[in-house]
Amino acid sequence: MHNFEFVKPSTLAEAVAALGTDEAQPLSGGQTLIPSMKARLNAPGVLVSLTGIAELKGVCREGDTLVIGAATTHATVAADAAADFPGLAALAGQIGDPAVRNRGTIGGSLANNDPSACYPSAALGTGATIVTNAREIAADDYFQGMFTTALEEGEIITSIRFPIPQRAAYAKFLQPASRFALTGVFVAQYAAGVRVAVTGASEGGVFRWAEAEAALSAQFNADAVAGLSHPADGMISDLHGTSEYRAHLVRVMTQRAVRAAQ
Amino acid sequence: MPKDDGIGASTKRREDLRFLTGNGKYTDDINLRGQSYVHFLRSDVAHGRINGIDTAAAAAMPGVLKIFTAADFASAGGIPCGWQVTDRFGKPMQEPKHPILADGKVRHVGDPIAAVVAETYEQARDAAEAIDLDIEELEPVIDMKAALAPDAPKVHDDLTSNLCYDWGFVEENREAVNAAFDSAAHVVSLELTNNRLVANPMEPRVAVGDYDPWGDSHTLYTTSQNPHVIRLLMGAFVLNIPEHKLRVVAPDVGGGFGSKIYHYAEEAFCTYAAKVLKRPVKWTSSRSEAFISDAHGRDHKTTIELALDADHNFLAIRTDTYANMGAYLSTFAPSIPTWLHGTLMAGNYKTPLIYVNVKAVFTNTVPVDAYRGAGRPEATFQLERLVDKAARELGVDPVELRRKNFIKPDQFPYQTPVAVVYDTGNYDATLDKMLELADYANFDARVAESKARGKLRGFGIAHYIEACGIAPSNLVGQLGARAGLYESASVRVNATGSISVYTGSHSHGQGHETTFAQVVADMIGVDASSIEIHHGDTSNTPMGMGTYGSRSLAVGGSAIVKATNKIIDKAKKIAAHLLEAAPEDIELKDGKFSVAGTDKSVDWTGVTLAAYVPHNYPLEDLEPGLEETAFYDPSNFTYPSGAYGCEIELDPETGKIDILRFIAADDFGNIVNPMIVEGQVHGGLAQGIGQALLESCVYDDQGQLLSGSFMDYAMPRADDVRGFTVDHSCITPCTHNPLGVKGCGEAGAIGSPPAVVNAAIDALHRAGHSHITHIDMPLTPSRVWAAMNR
Amino acid sequence: MAHVKMKVNGREMGASVEGRTLLSSYLRDLLGLTGTHVGCDTSQCGACVVLVNGQAIKSCTAFAADLDGAEVTTVEGMANSDGSLGRIQQAFQDYHGLQCGFCTPGMVMSTAALLAENPKPTEEEVRHYLEGNICRCTGYQNIVRAVMAASGQDAGALAAE
Repeated sequence: MHNFEFVKPSTLAEAVAALGTDEAQPLSGGQTLIPSMKARLNAPGVLVSLTGIAELKGVCREGDTLVIGAATTHATVAADAAADFPGLAALAGQIGDPAVRNRGTIGGSLANNDPSACYPSAALGTGATIVTNAREIAADDYFQGMFTTALEEGEIITSIRFPIPQRAAYAKFLQPASRFALTGVFVAQYAAGVRVAVTGASEGGVFRWAEAEAALSAQFNADAVAGLSHPADGMISDLHGTSEYRAHLVRVMTQRAVRAAQ
Repeated sequence: MPKDDGIGASTKRREDLRFLTGNGKYTDDINLRGQSYVHFLRSDVAHGRINGIDTAAAAAMPGVLKIFTAADFASAGGIPCGWQVTDRFGKPMQEPKHPILADGKVRHVGDPIAAVVAETYEQARDAAEAIDLDIEELEPVIDMKAALAPDAPKVHDDLTSNLCYDWGFVEENREAVNAAFDSAAHVVSLELTNNRLVANPMEPRVAVGDYDPWGDSHTLYTTSQNPHVIRLLMGAFVLNIPEHKLRVVAPDVGGGFGSKIYHYAEEAFCTYAAKVLKRPVKWTSSRSEAFISDAHGRDHKTTIELALDADHNFLAIRTDTYANMGAYLSTFAPSIPTWLHGTLMAGNYKTPLIYVNVKAVFTNTVPVDAYRGAGRPEATFQLERLVDKAARELGVDPVELRRKNFIKPDQFPYQTPVAVVYDTGNYDATLDKMLELADYANFDARVAESKARGKLRGFGIAHYIEACGIAPSNLVGQLGARAGLYESASVRVNATGSISVYTGSHSHGQGHETTFAQVVADMIGVDASSIEIHHGDTSNTPMGMGTYGSRSLAVGGSAIVKATNKIIDKAKKIAAHLLEAAPEDIELKDGKFSVAGTDKSVDWTGVTLAAYVPHNYPLEDLEPGLEETAFYDPSNFTYPSGAYGCEIELDPETGKIDILRFIAADDFGNIVNPMIVEGQVHGGLAQGIGQALLESCVYDDQGQLLSGSFMDYAMPRADDVRGFTVDHSCITPCTHNPLGVKGCGEAGAIGSPPAVVNAAIDALHRAGHSHITHIDMPLTPSRVWAAMNR
Repeated sequence: MAHVKMKVNGREMGASVEGRTLLSSYLRDLLGLTGTHVGCDTSQCGACVVLVNGQAIKSCTAFAADLDGAEVTTVEGMANSDGSLGRIQQAFQDYHGLQCGFCTPGMVMSTAALLAENPKPTEEEVRHYLEGNICRCTGYQNIVRAVMAASGQDAGALAAE
């Protein structure tokens, strides 16, 4: 890979300052960024590590909200969110593999917004708030298509605020090579209704499935969506699955998530 | 009682000690003083004309030592092909030039265009980005049948077409086979693809070239399965270096599976550049680079037909196969779809008439060559899928249809209609053993249990036979091989009785250092710990052909036996002198020489010491010392066979197939180390199941590799396979080698793909999806679901 | 260039690195600890797994400079103090859990991490935990047996054998 200047600030303020130059990029767990740098698809002049900033790490409950620092690893979320938000903890425990989970972070995943990543479905499926050094962004506004988000240049995610649902679960159908989601569905039930978010399936990245949300808000069981089918238009088609297959999996995985959340 | 480190014992592997402690010495662990690094600038288009390469800016970059292009290799030969196939009209195959660096045209994504040597690897790679390439893109040919269209673009402008050869076997039987089909009571046919695969040993390829200007001698350290073959091909055909000035070392090698047999351009480059630069030159492939530069495997498209009489006896088989060669001919590529494929089309069956047609085709893709099994998996897959389909169409039990047509134990040696003569086998025995271990009798109850959980259960059977222990040199010479396929061994007994064995075989995971020592220990009756096995270095091992084709024990082991027998013969003469007896009266048992019928004896070390301190020694009749070399050339192939059973569960909602159990009942002849044999089968099964369910090397229509990394090429993981039961108790020893062994390295990868697919089709049929007669590999959930919902 | 220190297998070590120096390169090229292997460039194969501060990570997907001051354990640090094979290493030899040996360092280190978290894993837990370590030789069955044996469980009793 191209060489770069490596800096490792210990406070958020230092990190924001370091990211002020054009050539700088933040580095969190690096599990996606480093392979892309090896392939020379990404070549920052300055890499600003966020792993030394204590204020960006940790899981804590504030009333009905679970607040997760952006630099918290998937392994930590899998362990520390288990009591308060088991559906989210279970999702974190399915990302990549154990070694990847020990480095990869929630903030890194959400900032990258890979269309097959797991976390975007949880953020969108809970209506989470993405908190940055500059502002708070509702998940519905944050995800703007594959690898595209509302983040501005130099803006750093600092934490994610998840409203804790009554019940929730994530059902993931594995892409067997990458271990990303071929299709993954996060379902969460709140007093105000049910949210359903789908990752891995759409060329537009993570999305909410409105018909399923309506059906499940009326009746929260797997049969409620048995008659629904998602159109194949706009679904990803690749070596691992056709668009028709992914559209089919959207319904199947939704049902499985609902069953798991019972 | 068998020795605990002799033949038949599951001796623990001695090589594990260094591998488990991080002390293995793989090629990438070798760093020479003053070493430089090469990065190959590779084509990112599948087909193009090179109109210019401007290296001026790149050459001025920091650390750059030299940039090489095709012009630097004007006096070098091309990468040679080791096998010439003759087509069905008696003409030799079309054989294109294969330059070290692309000359005039690029012919596949990954074709090396320029090589940048610099002080560090990253500097070389930085500079490669500054090379200004002027490449005019040409229309590529990717699909094999399209490549044979009269107006198709040509991969090689100087060839008449993209057809390498049109091979017929046995050509004289063609009309008789057609006649048999015309009059048959039943004809069953099947079109299928044998999916293109990437071997992906976990260690990527590495080469380090070194040059000694004072001795004008070269050393190449390389990740090879056969260092002597590399020395021969590279020295004689590419760089014109005589053998005594060229040493090739293949140290610890992290798996090969065929992909490290071949002589690759990077090896020749590093050897050559080290002399030009007077510095060692190292190349380490990344995995992404491996996907576009290691030879791929399989990639056949086939139509196969079976003719049966009214009693369901097999009458004839006819096949029509297109085999992808890729852009150039890799070392053994032409032999794989022909002599390693057509000769196996009889399988385990007494089909009297067979005709195999293979059209080998050049395309703008990476060269295709042997991958674990090599031709034999392709033959087995066609045949065992077809037999299964026939059973279904005829409404008969697939077990009984196989049994009815098996070659029976009393029919050996058996002359097949496709040239080879099977020496031994007992196919009913392995089938019975597999069905017993699979508890096949109670399978229906398990189907019901799965059904209660909403799942579809299926059981698939496949039989295989393979020709390995490759190969009789005079035979393969007639078939077009440009090399002999013997193996060699030197056994050097040291003065104090310890033994150093030098073998031409190469171990890259097979455990030769342990098993070969077991063989010698057993023959002489000494502890295996007093025996050391050396391999992989042309400077101290006799000329050997290396390891592939399940040949190491059957051919390399036989050479060791032969050399050890020479040692024993001479040692007996020495013992006879010491014991004042006739050599023919000397017996060797448990490391002790004794005179038959007496209590006079001398132990092993007494004899070995006498050989090197010949004070009391028959010097007038016998040379001092105790060191012998033997070459063994097999008189026939060996024919391992077996019955495989695969039990799967299929999720009808998603189409996902889970392996529940896999039972392998193999006849490998005699076994030296059962633990290692079992491990070889496990590994082969995982690769075969990988082919059946996960792995697929896919190009788009522009020749871009869509499965170019582990992000898209699905390798089997620990949770993708399970439930292996391996049995090798059915033994019909090989009749023509001294150990009675057949070889076990490829069996798992040969027999398992059809068993898995047959299981999937069985599950689908049991659930009423009787319209599904075949699904092409890999049976991804998406493909299975699509078939179910067609 | 920055000087990066780590405690590797109990010994204080250090070397000058570029920003782009990966932990795998730091260990192999700068410290000469070539037991850690690199088998891919997309963080999939796991041949490079080492323990950093007790946690398994892929050393090819972390920068050395980001781990200044870390405690690292590699396969070279897994033997007993007398040089004999450690418990996990011994189980891999006993159950033939390796063939070519290239993935083995990562397998041993992932096993160490697994058994630290879960001293008596089930077969399914072992298979699932090792999903980030690819082996092309063994078909995993003997690796799973070795891990079961290393955890003091019956290695002979895998499902459906």
